[in-house]
Amino acid sequence: MTEKYNMPDNRGHFGTYGGIFVAETLMPAIQELNAAYQHYMADAEFIAELDKDLQHYVGRPSPLYHAERWTKELGGAQIYLKREDLNHTGSHKINNTVGQALLAKRMGKTRIIAETGAGQHGVATATVAARLGLECVVYMGAIDVARQSLNVYRMKLLGAKVVAVESGSKTLKDALNEALRDWVTNIDDTFYIIGTVAGPHPYPAMVRDFQAILGREAKAQCLAQAGKLPNALVACVGGGSNAMGLFYPFIDDADVKMIGVEAAGDGIETGRHSAPLCAGRPGVLHGNRTYLMSDDDGEIIETHSISAGLDYPGVGPEHAWLKDSGRAQYVNITDDEALGGFYALTRMEGIIPALESSHAMAYVTKLAPTMKSDEIIIVNLSGRGDKDMQTMAKREGIEL
Amino acid sequence: MSRLAGLFAELAQKNRKALIPFVTAGDPNPEFTVPLMHAMVGAGVDIIELGVPFSDPMADGPVIQRASERALAHHQSLRTTLAIATEFRKTNSHTPIVIMGYLNPVEVMGYEKFADAVQAAGVDGVLTVDLPPEEAEECTALLKARGVDPIFLLAPNSSAERVQKMDAIGAGYLYYVSLKGVTGAGHLNAAEVETKLAEIRTNTKLPIAVGFGVKDAETAKIIGNLGDGVVVGSALIKEIEANLHNPAQAKQAIIELLTAMRQAMDN
Repeated sequence: MTEKYNMPDNRGHFGTYGGIFVAETLMPAIQELNAAYQHYMADAEFIAELDKDLQHYVGRPSPLYHAERWTKELGGAQIYLKREDLNHTGSHKINNTVGQALLAKRMGKTRIIAETGAGQHGVATATVAARLGLECVVYMGAIDVARQSLNVYRMKLLGAKVVAVESGSKTLKDALNEALRDWVTNIDDTFYIIGTVAGPHPYPAMVRDFQAILGREAKAQCLAQAGKLPNALVACVGGGSNAMGLFYPFIDDADVKMIGVEAAGDGIETGRHSAPLCAGRPGVLHGNRTYLMSDDDGEIIETHSISAGLDYPGVGPEHAWLKDSGRAQYVNITDDEALGGFYALTRMEGIIPALESSHAMAYVTKLAPTMKSDEIIIVNLSGRGDKDMQTMAKREGIEL
Repeated sequence: MSRLAGLFAELAQKNRKALIPFVTAGDPNPEFTVPLMHAMVGAGVDIIELGVPFSDPMADGPVIQRASERALAHHQSLRTTLAIATEFRKTNSHTPIVIMGYLNPVEVMGYEKFADAVQAAGVDGVLTVDLPPEEAEECTALLKARGVDPIFLLAPNSSAERVQKMDAIGAGYLYYVSLKGVTGAGHLNAAEVETKLAEIRTNTKLPIAVGFGVKDAETAKIIGNLGDGVVVGSALIKEIEANLHNPAQAKQAIIELLTAMRQAMDN
């Protein structure tokens, strides 16, 4: 790549992906948001406030940790973990919610809504809403409410109203549908904090920009600790916000490989998975054109993953572009393989990863041994596993 | 001149307003829709909007969402919706049909194949809820080349600039959504609709159909006095939902409601 990467265009296109595909009723709100986003991202005072919050409230920078024991065990590339699990609320999600909530406040919005899958984004949203004194409603699929009850309780403690969505497949995509319906109904006073790099423009670019702090840190930390850039970046991809945050500052560094890990669920061949980049086709959902899991009639297919945060039939449009352009590579990891990654990191490094991040860890166990010991992998440890204790205990037949 | 343009010209001469029912194709079962369409024509409707069932109807309220789910349970789709239109056209060549749905089924079929299929089915207009004019150029050009009108939504908060955009790219009529929110929501504010329509008309000569919030003869009459057409959807689908075990009863209730609306609008 000789020209500097400058996606998306001013209408939110990453090649043929992205864009704004919403009903006319939402259009004025999207335009208002885009104008505010463009304005404040160039506003020194706004950026200073954001930086201050990221440092003192979120706890940034998060460490880049050299996992030496695990590296030795796998016998290949040096493995570095970007410790987003150490952020306030336990995942990378708060980088984005802090940013969007500040934007909401500047725009004079008094009510925040969000969708959530695993509940990490919902918790991160409820957290910033509590801090800023904003009303908060979180939409969550009824199935996810059941399997992530700990996060539901956390959101309620923080003062948010959690709405269990009973329509469709009762998971993340249906929560998104319901949040969009709320937004269009309460458009004057409500700000919709989308948790991933999907949705209509400017969300994919805006969420990426708020998450890119983690990639910028990782780049500087790697240079400081190892004296060179990494050879490969690895991150799990549901909607793709933690991966985009890590990848984005490295896109122009052509020698740095970027690998996104999708959830293969029971296995791609079973059809029970959440891997649109590996096994889907382009289409339009939730405001943007991207790879989707849909059938021959264009109906969206139900997805499956052990991790609620990856259980989504679409993916951010920038990932679709990075895939087609060949700049990034997308692989997939089954539920069982992810559990292997979960146990490996827990036992080798004393760090319990979220089931989402465990997909990235599982891929590292495959990738690292194929690389040389003077090569470096940075893997995004996007969240901690506390929220998954019930799921894991249940799998092991233990009652808590 | 398309069937829709011809119809609105004719109605304007007679000083009559279009009554436009919306039903989801294949709800509550695939055999229900074609006979219902013919019966609705008998009750005096002017245009029929056929909803294409979609798994993720983001702009619709619970009533139309459930209609989609019932149709999908019978594997209804864009293709079967067009088959319903084809079947209807065998014995009715004059009542315009508009299909209304979401973009993904169209994307998966492919724009050109879609435009061909729509034309072959005798469909007159296409309203794609999540395809705003900025992204619609390719699809609308293919439709227009086949004599099919692309129809666009207007909202209470649409700017004058956006109305001009719809006017330039749209055809047949514009569909004014009289409420903020999803289908089937809230109450109608007639004064607000009147003011907004007057404003919109300074930027377009296209006929304007008004929907969202029309639930009975009275609201149909009020809206009929303001717009060129009255769209009624959720109120009809509620009758289907209330009579799931007796579709014949649902059909009768829909026809009675439409007949009452027609009479109220014409008096």
